[in-house]
Amino acid sequence: MSGAFIPLDSVRRTIADARLQTAIYTGTGRLIAKRQSTVGADTLPDYQELRDQAQRIKRHAVENLDHYLEQLESNVIAHGGHVAWCSSGAEVADFVLSLAKQRGARLIVKSKSMTTEEIDLNERLEHHQLEAVETDLGEYILQLAHERPYHIVAPALHKTRYDVADIFTERLGVEREVVIESQTRIARRVLREKFLAAGIGITGANFLVADSGAIVVVENEGNARLSSSAPAIHIAIAGIEKVIPRAQDLAVFLKLLGRSATGQPLTVYTSFLSGPRRPGEVDGPEEFHLVLLDNGRTRLLADARKRESLFCIRCGACLNHCPVYRKIGGHNYPWVYSGPIGAIITPQFHGVLKDPWLSYASSLCGACAEVCPVKIDIPRLLLDLRSEVVQARKWKGSTRVEQMAFRAFAWIASHPRVYARLGAFMAVVAPRGENGWLRRLPFFMRLGVLRKWMSQRDLPAPARQSFRQYWRGRPKEK
Amino acid sequence: MRRGQVSIFVTCVVDQLFPEVGIAMTEVLERLGYRVDFRERQTCCGQPAFNSGYRDEARCLARHFLEVFRDAEFIVVPSGSCTSMIAHHFTELFPDDPSALAAAQHVANRTWEFSRFLLEVARVEDVGARFEGIVTYHDSCHALRELQVREGPRRLLANVRGLELREMDAAGECCGFGGTFAVKFADVSGAMARTKIDSILRTEAGTVVSVDSSCLMQLQGAMRRAGLGIRTMHLAEVLASR
Amino acid sequence: MNREAVLERVRMALGRKPGQPPESPPPAYLPNAGRSAEQRVALFTAALEELAGRVVRCPSRNAAREAVSALIAGKRTIASGASYLRACGITGIENVHSEFVDAAAYRQACADSDVGITSADYALADTGSLVMICGAEESRLVSLLPPAHIAVVPVSRLLESLDELLLRVPKPAAGTSSMVLITGPSRTADIEQILVRGVHGPGEVTVILVDD
Repeated sequence: MSGAFIPLDSVRRTIADARLQTAIYTGTGRLIAKRQSTVGADTLPDYQELRDQAQRIKRHAVENLDHYLEQLESNVIAHGGHVAWCSSGAEVADFVLSLAKQRGARLIVKSKSMTTEEIDLNERLEHHQLEAVETDLGEYILQLAHERPYHIVAPALHKTRYDVADIFTERLGVEREVVIESQTRIARRVLREKFLAAGIGITGANFLVADSGAIVVVENEGNARLSSSAPAIHIAIAGIEKVIPRAQDLAVFLKLLGRSATGQPLTVYTSFLSGPRRPGEVDGPEEFHLVLLDNGRTRLLADARKRESLFCIRCGACLNHCPVYRKIGGHNYPWVYSGPIGAIITPQFHGVLKDPWLSYASSLCGACAEVCPVKIDIPRLLLDLRSEVVQARKWKGSTRVEQMAFRAFAWIASHPRVYARLGAFMAVVAPRGENGWLRRLPFFMRLGVLRKWMSQRDLPAPARQSFRQYWRGRPKEK
Repeated sequence: MRRGQVSIFVTCVVDQLFPEVGIAMTEVLERLGYRVDFRERQTCCGQPAFNSGYRDEARCLARHFLEVFRDAEFIVVPSGSCTSMIAHHFTELFPDDPSALAAAQHVANRTWEFSRFLLEVARVEDVGARFEGIVTYHDSCHALRELQVREGPRRLLANVRGLELREMDAAGECCGFGGTFAVKFADVSGAMARTKIDSILRTEAGTVVSVDSSCLMQLQGAMRRAGLGIRTMHLAEVLASR
Repeated sequence: MNREAVLERVRMALGRKPGQPPESPPPAYLPNAGRSAEQRVALFTAALEELAGRVVRCPSRNAAREAVSALIAGKRTIASGASYLRACGITGIENVHSEFVDAAAYRQACADSDVGITSADYALADTGSLVMICGAEESRLVSLLPPAHIAVVPVSRLLESLDELLLRVPKPAAGTSSMVLITGPSRTADIEQILVRGVHGPGEVTVILVDD
């Protein structure tokens, strides 16, 4: 595996940044503890049963996706809403722009949606003199700073109050404020005006409910409620895989989502929205548009072995528990989706050869699979992807050495006498070290994998006598 | 008490780097009354190749393993990750070869990680060992999550005379080895080891025990580099101590 | 737009034909524990207080009216059109505004008020949640724009859990465009994981549980 592809420098800088390491570690550590306290045997005794149910429902929904999408559409329309089907992010942007133009809307308020990050919606809209304001506090801060989210659920995990103070002063022209409660009040004040003046509110959706023609949005701040209630037009953008069959299925998913993400049995607001205001309702949008996004999801759908990647409900638990994510943070992943879920879906969306190192950036510890509420077998998918990377790169350039090495080892290890002799030879020629451990290698050995190993730890020298040699020397039983 | 025969698969890491683990495991099994058989043609289960995406090469090594251990009744392995490879992943290598698949399934049912063999087949929790010192136990990822090995080794250690077992926080956190991950992502692997070492230091233990020699290799290498005198021992070595 | 293209790709990926019926869905999972009214009140109170919400128990509608009066003294207050509020006499309290000329006036009043008063269609005991269904009785902005929210709810509407709610209301969309579960005050921990309340929605939530 060529190091040239791995963002080594950036990873090293992240690991060496003590403040950032603390922020990532304690941030994810808190989320780990909170989740633990709400899925225990005493707090959620049927947790494992719920995971099985969730996986079962998602599998059923995904395997019958066309049916549920059609049912969803028909119910949205029956409640007075509209459905737009988009194959790509560009089509979503075109749709929003054209609607905004037709309705004369200049200001858009947006609540947190990873799907819109995925398609760079804000950038696309900005080019057309539309102001699209992020209203989730963490996302708002990042928008002002022109940065990508650091974590699926806690986007500004890497920012301190002093970073925020700098950003607010620079971008909003306010007096420098480092008290977090006051910073929040500043954001509330600025954004309140936007909510009430905006012509369009854009939200994502955590779930699309087929039997109701409804979307479900969960949040803690109230910005999604405001974005979907105050402006005259509400646009909800969601990937097609968000569909669940029935409103009653929400019982399973809502019990798992908040707990897995932040240790909350329910987030502060859970909105079940089905279209524009009905006759007799005094507030709410006059128009509702549901935008269904493909953007490559149908490719994942086609792969029966890896299709379970689409079960993801974006809780972020896998990120929190991943020892690799907890060291390298969200910005070292090549796409907006980071952590273990990012590692399995990025190559499926972009092709395994775009970031071939990504599926290898894991020790396969399995902590992610253990906490995934929909039981996606992430380690198995990583192994599948690694095998695809090898297949795709067979005999092409950079990994030739590695491929030859594994081939050679396979041959040697299927010829036991060669294997034994080679082992004996290594034991004789290798440096002895101290107590069988090497602190330094002779200069001619300081290459490739040995050098990489030595950069972090001492290396064990081959044993003077291997186990098989020992066994040979044992007195034989009668 | 005569108990019958077991075949041991010592693993390539133990064979070439830490033979004392194999020796200790043999001693424990023999003291319990088992006749231990070491099939000399054994080499490697193919896990490094499989984990790196080289399925053809892994298949080749799996076939060799199946041939060597064809009629073994019990295969005992001092490694959670190798046991997992044999018991869970061999079958994935032969989707189009029914007879190899059957052989893989047959072997999967007869392969035992060492601590589980002691507890579930030999049905012993106390092997009569003695070891003076404060010990902390590290949960190897494959053993913990794929083989559900958690309480077992702790029970075995609790019965060792003179041994004080202290639990480290986040005992189940990965040590950072992960096979080729340790060299491909050396910086991350090293950082993970150092986090683990912080947990170990807080227990004041002089010895770290695990059921996987690769974890121990990672931790010992990193602790030595940090100038720490804490040593690592495989569970088998502790249980063989008198 | 692109409807046929997307659906066609979905079908091809799954090997399904247009109009092909789905497999049977797994049965819905809605376990219920069956707790008494007093247990529910206790659970609800504990859950909401854990989230820094407040719960006031009132034996009668009059008591509820008095409790609300005390809470909103001197504050600009807007009330929803919930008939239960009228029945408790709350809409009659002096500084409470509940009648509006039009939707714009109502919206402005929400934006200018210190307190929003509603009832609730249901409450959920195990999470300390209020269930607000938009319609003739309740609307959205009253419980969202003002920085404080008071909900006056008869104990008879206190359900055990989300499971029970979805058993009673399996198709929320049939009667409303919006059903919102409110579980405590608005909050965020986006900056340094430090908890701040009242980000966009109300920072204060008080539920008055009435025995009548």
